[in-house]
This record gives sequence, C-alpha cells and structure tokens, in this order.
Amino acid sequence: MAHVLLKDLNKKFDGTHAVKNVNLEIRDREFVVLVGPSGCGKTTTLRMVAGLEEITSGEISIDGKVVNDLAPMDRDIAMVFQNYALYPHMSVYDNMAFGLRMRKFDKPEIERRVKQAAEVLGIQPLLERRPRQLSGGQRQRVALGRAIVRNPRVFLFDEPLSNLDAALRVQMRVELKRLHDRLETTAIYVTHDQVEAMTLGDRVVVMKDGVVQQVGDPLELYNRPANKFVAGFIGSPAMNFATVTMGDGNGRITAKNAGLEIEIPGAQAERLRAHLGRQLMLGIRPEDLHVARAGDPTGLTFNSRVEVIEKLGSEILLDVRVGEDSMVAAVDPATQAKVQEQLRLAVNPERLHFFDARTEAAI
Amino acid sequence: MIEGARWKKWLWFYLPMALFILGLLFPFYWMLVTTLKPDGELYRPWNHPLYSPFWTSAPTLDHIKNLLQDTLFNTWMLNTMLIAFAATLISLFCGVIAGYALARLQFRWAGLLGTAIFVTYLVPQTLLFIPLAEIIRDYNIGDTPWALILTYPTFLIPFCTWLMMGYFKTIPKELEECARIDGATRWQAMLLIILPIALPGILSAGIFAFTLSWNEFIYALVFLSSPEQKTVPVGVTSELIRGDVFYWGSLMAGALIGSIPVAIVYSFFVEHYVAGMTGSVKG
Repeated sequence: MAHVLLKDLNKKFDGTHAVKNVNLEIRDREFVVLVGPSGCGKTTTLRMVAGLEEITSGEISIDGKVVNDLAPMDRDIAMVFQNYALYPHMSVYDNMAFGLRMRKFDKPEIERRVKQAAEVLGIQPLLERRPRQLSGGQRQRVALGRAIVRNPRVFLFDEPLSNLDAALRVQMRVELKRLHDRLETTAIYVTHDQVEAMTLGDRVVVMKDGVVQQVGDPLELYNRPANKFVAGFIGSPAMNFATVTMGDGNGRITAKNAGLEIEIPGAQAERLRAHLGRQLMLGIRPEDLHVARAGDPTGLTFNSRVEVIEKLGSEILLDVRVGEDSMVAAVDPATQAKVQEQLRLAVNPERLHFFDARTEAAI
Repeated sequence: MIEGARWKKWLWFYLPMALFILGLLFPFYWMLVTTLKPDGELYRPWNHPLYSPFWTSAPTLDHIKNLLQDTLFNTWMLNTMLIAFAATLISLFCGVIAGYALARLQFRWAGLLGTAIFVTYLVPQTLLFIPLAEIIRDYNIGDTPWALILTYPTFLIPFCTWLMMGYFKTIPKELEECARIDGATRWQAMLLIILPIALPGILSAGIFAFTLSWNEFIYALVFLSSPEQKTVPVGVTSELIRGDVFYWGSLMAGALIGSIPVAIVYSFFVEHYVAGMTGSVKG
C-alpha cells in the first residue's frame, strides 16, 4: 500500500537527457503502465524509482517520504526484470526466500510465505528445481513469486512479458491482472506494447523522448489523444493521418485535400472555425471507417482504391489509397472487395481527430 | 558416399588429431624414457650399433632414487607448492575484487584503468626483476619464500583481474540489482550471488595462476640462492647441471615428477575450467 510521487524528475547520462521533467502521481493500489517506444525513458524512470539509477534532479517520494537517497533495499519495493534475473545457483525455493532471509525473517515465517506464494502462482511442484530446469512461463512465475513473498509497498515491472511467446504472453497478462486485483498493491509497469498497456493499466502514461505525452485511463487515451504521437501509438492498427486544408463550403466547415473532402458536422465545426484556411492533420482510426452505404451523407464519404486486403477473420483490413495518402480501414468481414477496385468509404463524423500541423497537439 | 565420407574423416580429422596428440605427448614420453634409461644407454653415441633413443632395454629407477635421495627435491616440491599456493591465493583475492570493481562499478576511469592493468602484464619479467631485486633487498626478504610470494602477484594479479573482469561482464547485472532490491548490500550481493555464479571463472583463473607460479623461473633463480629455499624448476636445473655435466636422467625425472601436481590440478577442475573459458552462465 503506497502512494508514489515523481516530481520534476530528470535523468541525464553523459550527453543525453533521458528523462525530462517527469511529474506523476501514482495513487495507492493503482496499476500504472509506462508505455512508449524504446529509448523513451520509461525504463530509466522505473529504475530511478527502484533506486538502481541516480536521480539527476527532482524528487521521488513513497508515502510522502522522499526516497532519493535511499538504497534500493530500504525502499520496500520489489521488481520483476525482463530476463527474470533468477539466481541460477539457487533452487526456486531459495530464490523466493532470498529476500526474506536478507531481511532476517525467521524460518517458519519464510516457509509459510514461500509456500503461500507458490500456491497462488501454482508452482509448488517446482520449489526444489533450479531456474535452468524451468520453462519461460515457469521462470516468469518464480520471478513474480519472489516479488510477492516480500509483500512490498510497490511492485515494479520492467517489460516482464516480452521474453515470452505470444500465447503465453496473453495468458500471463491475464494472470498479472488477476494477481494485482488480489494483492491490491501499487504497481508500476513498463512496456513497449500498447496492448499490454491498455489491458493492464488503471492509468497509462505515454512517453516519448523522455517526456510524458499524456496520462490517462486507457479509453481516454484512445478517445481523446493529446497529440498526434499518442494518437498514432495507441490503437492497432494505427490511426490514419492525412494533411488537410480547412475550408468554408456553403457555410459548412470542410477538411479537404487531393483525395477527400469531409464536411465537419455541428459541434466539432465550431471548434475548428478558428482554423479556417489553415492546414491541419486529420486523424481517422481504421475502425471508424466503413464501406459507404446508401444512407451515408455524401459529405462524409470519399473515394479510395484498394491496394491490399488482409482478412483477419473478425474483420478485414483494407489498405487503400486516398488521393496521395495511404489509409487502413477495418471493415466488416462480409465485405466483398477486390484489389485495385474503387471503393467508397464513409467516416464516423463523431470520431474525427484534428492535430495542429506544426505542434502536433490535438485540437 | 558413406565410404568416401569415412575416408575423408580419417584424413582430415583423425590423422591431424593423432599427429597433434603425438606432438603434445612426445616431450612427456621423452622425459619418461630418459628417466628410466641406465646411464650406459643414455650416453651412447649416435653411431653406436645399439643406439636406441626412443626406448630402453634395461629400465632402471636409479635416476629417481638419485633425485629423491641425493638432492633436496622433496624440499623443492614443498617450497614450490607453498609459494604457488600462497601467490595464487593472494592474486585471486585481489584479482576477483579488482575485476569486479572494473566490470561493475561505474567510476570515471574504469576503462582506462582496466587497460593500464593489462599493460603492466605486458612488461617482461626479464626487465622487471632488476628493480624488484632492489626492493627485495631493501625489505630483507631475499632467499626466503616471501621473495616469490610477494613478487609473483606482480604478474598474476593483472592476469587474474583481466580474466575475472571478462567473466563478471558475462553475468547479467540484473541479478545483482535484483539482490540489492531484495535487501542485500553491495557486498552481500557480490558474495552471495555473483561469486557463486563466477566460480568457474575463479577456478580457471586460479588454475592458470597456479600453473604460472609453479613454472616460474627467472624470479626464482634471481631471488633465491640457498639450495634448501629453491623451487623445482630452479633447483633441478641448478643442482643437476654441474658445470658442463648434465645429469639427464635425474633432470628428466625431476621435470616429470614436477609436472605431476599441475596435471592433477588440471584434470581435477577441467570441467569448470572449460566452462570458465567459454564464460557461459545459464540462467
């Protein structure tokens, strides 16, 4: 149970500014995911919380107490590493007991806790084995077990699932979620996988180049991305972008380029009126496009040419060309489309995103 | 096809390997055969009708008896063992700690220091013994085992440090970080986690250091003078070559018996030693 506060956190390595002015409040029992492309500073941030990396400037506090100068062992945290970091010369039992022994717990208590954690994770039969005799998923569980026996105030996870194969990753993701619901401990989780971030996080922190881009719950990030980077990073397949010029056609605001002309409906139009005549970045998620039907207003449809068809079963992904832009549309699996065919697509008017062409901030 | 493959394997694998093994083992055979030959056979000229350099028709243990009874060979063996053991322990201790620091602690000149240590290893002993002799005289430890126990580390420590540094670098640093989060101090993490994992590396560094000190010649020759202080390499060569007379039989017996402890050490740790050289940590 703990409340973690990062205040104006900075980290500089020789010549590179890896983490820039990060401010973040992690509430008690919250599961917060730091997500971003590699080199965005998410792991460095996590390592600073763990005490494995010195803080260049700023402050980290846990439960109101500044921990900047505390050794990792005194912060009462547990960390699960990407490569599990199991001690290869110790049995599973000893791996899990190591932290308790270091903290001078008595023997019966150690045994009770290790047995209990092993039961929660379903690894009782493995306690006598060595790490190299375990499969990837089992090692992952042992690494988790080693973290939970200590009953720490904060769990730190550094890409714990990225060494597992796809099927196991999905399974462990669910287990992690269940485990967190059961333990109710504050957790900070680092990943580059946006699906992991969206499914696990109570709140998700998107980072890029050492800067926090947006903090919010998963749906907030998906529905109201703060900038073009977040919009493109969250969601799969990624959002389509097209440069458009805002125009005034018959009293209605339009977004227009070589391939499309969309009439912006009521509420959004008011917001965009200030940008008349300027170039903006239009963002449309693939799932907000569909093949035009008879009832769709012409102002919300445009022509496209199909280039690639990806049949995924639950949906079809159409890679299409719209004027000079490439777009992806996720359409109904019953759609009959042929390569090189002209197809009229319609857009969901409520779900258009606009970004400033220069600052890339959402409008 | 299969016939051809077998023939090729013989030509390109077994035959070269046999030659290689022959070349490696021949010196030992030569030592053995010379040890067992009676003097009469040993000093036969090459054009004698019974000249037989590669075997003996009348094996004898006289040379070995000579070596053990008429020289201080047993004392030399004990001296060598004590000195090699002590020098190895000192060097391993320093090498492990220095190697760990160079591999793990991020201090300013770590890289440069590592290279500098390696460079000291390259200074030839034939040069270094001159200033060292002066130091040994100043500290009054000439002609005592300490003269070697304290000088051998001058080349063993750089060697062990370099080897251990390489080995520590193969151990993922997350193991140590995890231990420190688990509640271990830096020292505890090193002693309880890193050193047990580095055991193969430590063993191979130890074997190497032991062999190097066992075979060392120049320092032993220069720093020790009385027969009862000498080590095997120096004792055998200085006491069994008198003027221009070579007591080949006893010399070879000394060389043969002198190489036995090293052979034992090697065969004992060979598995660890190989693991140490390949530097594999299976997590």
